[in-house]
Amino acid sequence: MDPVVLFFVLGVVARLAKSDLRLPEALYETLSIYLLLAIGLKGGVELAKHPISTVAPQAVAIVAMGLLLPLLAYPVLRYIGRMSNFDAAAIAAHYGSVSVVTFAVGLAFVTKRGVPFEEYMPLFVALLEVPGIVVGILLARLHTLKTVRWGELAREIMFGKSVVLLVGGLCIGWLAGPQGIDPMRGLFFDLFKGVLALFLLEMGLVAASRLTDLKRAGPFLIAFGIIVPVVFAMIGAGVGRAIGLSIGGTTLLAVLAASASYIAAPAAIRIAIPEANPSLSIGAALGITFPFNLTLGIPLYFEFAKMLHK
Amino acid sequence: MNTHPKTLLVIIGESALEKFLVRDIKGFGAHGYTIADVRGGGEHGTRDAEWEGSRSIRMEVVCEDAVAEKIVEHVIANYAKNFSLSLYVSEVGVIRKEKY
Repeated sequence: MDPVVLFFVLGVVARLAKSDLRLPEALYETLSIYLLLAIGLKGGVELAKHPISTVAPQAVAIVAMGLLLPLLAYPVLRYIGRMSNFDAAAIAAHYGSVSVVTFAVGLAFVTKRGVPFEEYMPLFVALLEVPGIVVGILLARLHTLKTVRWGELAREIMFGKSVVLLVGGLCIGWLAGPQGIDPMRGLFFDLFKGVLALFLLEMGLVAASRLTDLKRAGPFLIAFGIIVPVVFAMIGAGVGRAIGLSIGGTTLLAVLAASASYIAAPAAIRIAIPEANPSLSIGAALGITFPFNLTLGIPLYFEFAKMLHK
Repeated sequence: MNTHPKTLLVIIGESALEKFLVRDIKGFGAHGYTIADVRGGGEHGTRDAEWEGSRSIRMEVVCEDAVAEKIVEHVIANYAKNFSLSLYVSEVGVIRKEKY
């Protein structure tokens, strides 16, 4: 297991043992800004090395996948889980969107094993954040579309901190190129893994606190939080293979498809679908899917990718 | 000391509501507000402010009683059903009445 995941485990253990360990909120905010910017910058620098004609068709396929995933999750939640329209749509939005930190752990995983991957993948992270949320909102408001304040919502989704920092980092990296970013390499690239470890310690604390929500949610949501990511990872790996990504790229796309958002989606969905109970979507995304992906999911998705590339 | 009676309205709620509350109270004619990040718990569980999803704010508005009443009615009608909220009012004495 990658040592960064052990930091996550430490956070979980500390919270379950009722330790007084608590990271200052300002540090959480700082670390998340750093991670989003660093991932964006790295992707931007690499993006500059590739022609648009290679990346654009891949990007279109990946956005299509982002639109499809919540449409698959919704009926499962609504008809098998017997959830309300609002709760089903809200959870579908979280699972349609992606988790940047799960992606970062996936990056650490493939990098550690020396598996080659398309280094401009952060572009796909940015692209996959939004479609799932939009589809989730549409599903919730299908019968009352006229009451949705689209302008306000668009601002909330497009200018939420994660999209601004990821896309901003991508643009800065792309414009500055490798030489331009070189003086910042120490901060943004060399320190990345240490910062990720600290952030995961905090996420361990947060994820363990969400476990109480799940006790109320029942077995369906727990099963959903494990089975759906695996199925979505298969879809992600299939799409990755079909658009010609390498083994590492296919793994990372599977990781993205399997991950559930807990930064962009909760903020947007709380405003757009206030009727939904946030402890269900966040409990599943953070309490179940995030730890599952970190520990068992990512190695499993790597196996999917290897099988598809045989 | 010479003071003038005004109403202090305190709204404690999810930080997701902040920008809507600011917009609303200005619309009802309140002149100003103060917001602080807080944490606490209640019937909706504990809000420990550890990450985005569990942040809460306490908003204080000093205004005329009639304005406070309109704000309370609006907040209850629009947000109380789906958001964790706590509201209370008290009488306060202000020094410069023209500010409120």
